[in-house]
Amino acid sequence: MPIKVRIPTPLQKLTQNKGEVEASGQTVAQVLASLESQYNGLKTRLYDENGQLRRFINFYVNDEDIRFLQGDQTVVKDGDEISIVPAIAGGS
Amino acid sequence: MILNSILERIGNTPLVRIRETVKGVVPDKVEIYAKLEYFNPGGSVKDRAAYRMIEEGIRSGKLTPDKIIMDPTSGNTGVAYAMIGAALGYRVELVMPGNVSRQRKDIARAFGADITFSSEMEGSDGAIRMAHRLFKENPGKYFMPDQYNNPFNPQAHYDTTAVEIWEQTKGRVTHFVATLGTSGTAMGTTRRLKEFNKKIYCMGAQPADALHGLEGLKHMPTSIVPGIYKESELDEVAWIETEPSYEWGEWLGKEEGLLVGYSSGGALLASIRLAQRIKEGVIVTIFPDHGDRYFEGMKW
Repeated sequence: MPIKVRIPTPLQKLTQNKGEVEASGQTVAQVLASLESQYNGLKTRLYDENGQLRRFINFYVNDEDIRFLQGDQTVVKDGDEISIVPAIAGGS
Repeated sequence: MILNSILERIGNTPLVRIRETVKGVVPDKVEIYAKLEYFNPGGSVKDRAAYRMIEEGIRSGKLTPDKIIMDPTSGNTGVAYAMIGAALGYRVELVMPGNVSRQRKDIARAFGADITFSSEMEGSDGAIRMAHRLFKENPGKYFMPDQYNNPFNPQAHYDTTAVEIWEQTKGRVTHFVATLGTSGTAMGTTRRLKEFNKKIYCMGAQPADALHGLEGLKHMPTSIVPGIYKESELDEVAWIETEPSYEWGEWLGKEEGLLVGYSSGGALLASIRLAQRIKEGVIVTIFPDHGDRYFEGMKW
């Protein structure tokens, strides 16, 4: 069973306007890499030039902020849901 | 000095020279000044517009004591409504995106406001849509200032912010820079400054990307564009990136003793880039709020 990923509105133009997509992987990083192979350009929006997740984006596995887990090395299993959420509320 | 109400302290904020932070970064003959809007009693620039919109609501008879003040907000306007509502005796109900900083939610609640959360995935546009729906579904229940479309939002800045800048700089201001959210600050201040001196160069600054971390600001190309936003009245609209805005914002704390929010860092970033292009001038920008509303998370 794949991992479900929730996409915020500002990134949905990269995911063909889908608010929820599916990807596979054992860790958050692998899931995001798998997403990049499906939706080109997503990775540079999520990671900065040093390869760090951008600090103004929060990532949740189910309801847990991965900052308090193992960051993008947090292990995910089938049926988990990852949410990509802007850390603060901006315009769109 | 004794005040009859805390609301009398709205406006007349200090203008401070930004010196150490930009030393060696901008030409010697360019001066940069910032309006410290966190000196407003609700802690942000939004007190000005919120107070004016509520006053005009009362004056026009649209806001009566039985009505609840309700509006979509990404935070600071909500805090302002909550404070003003508490001081004037009106109930306040705010519609905020679920990912508004926790401090803003806590402050608004401390003033007695109720908060309805819209989806954290949809930003402030989700809150705008939800508030309009609430308003339509509950006829007669709410007074909705509609900060994105209310002409008294920019009018507050036309009447106060711009006049203060003109007087505080003794008419020396040559450039004005404001970040864009509802665009009320940028539009109202620009209009008045250009009446004082039509040569004053007025710039708006907006996030460079739809996915950004500058709370309260709008990336206009992908947002519901506020009705009060008239881009053609600005001389230029600059793009500001989130990460350097954060860095400049944090430098202001360490170098200047100014603990400001991230949008102030964005305002400074745009001001510095402008300063680097001009040989001399007096740039005035707006620092919208205080940094203690952002101390949560945001680091890896």
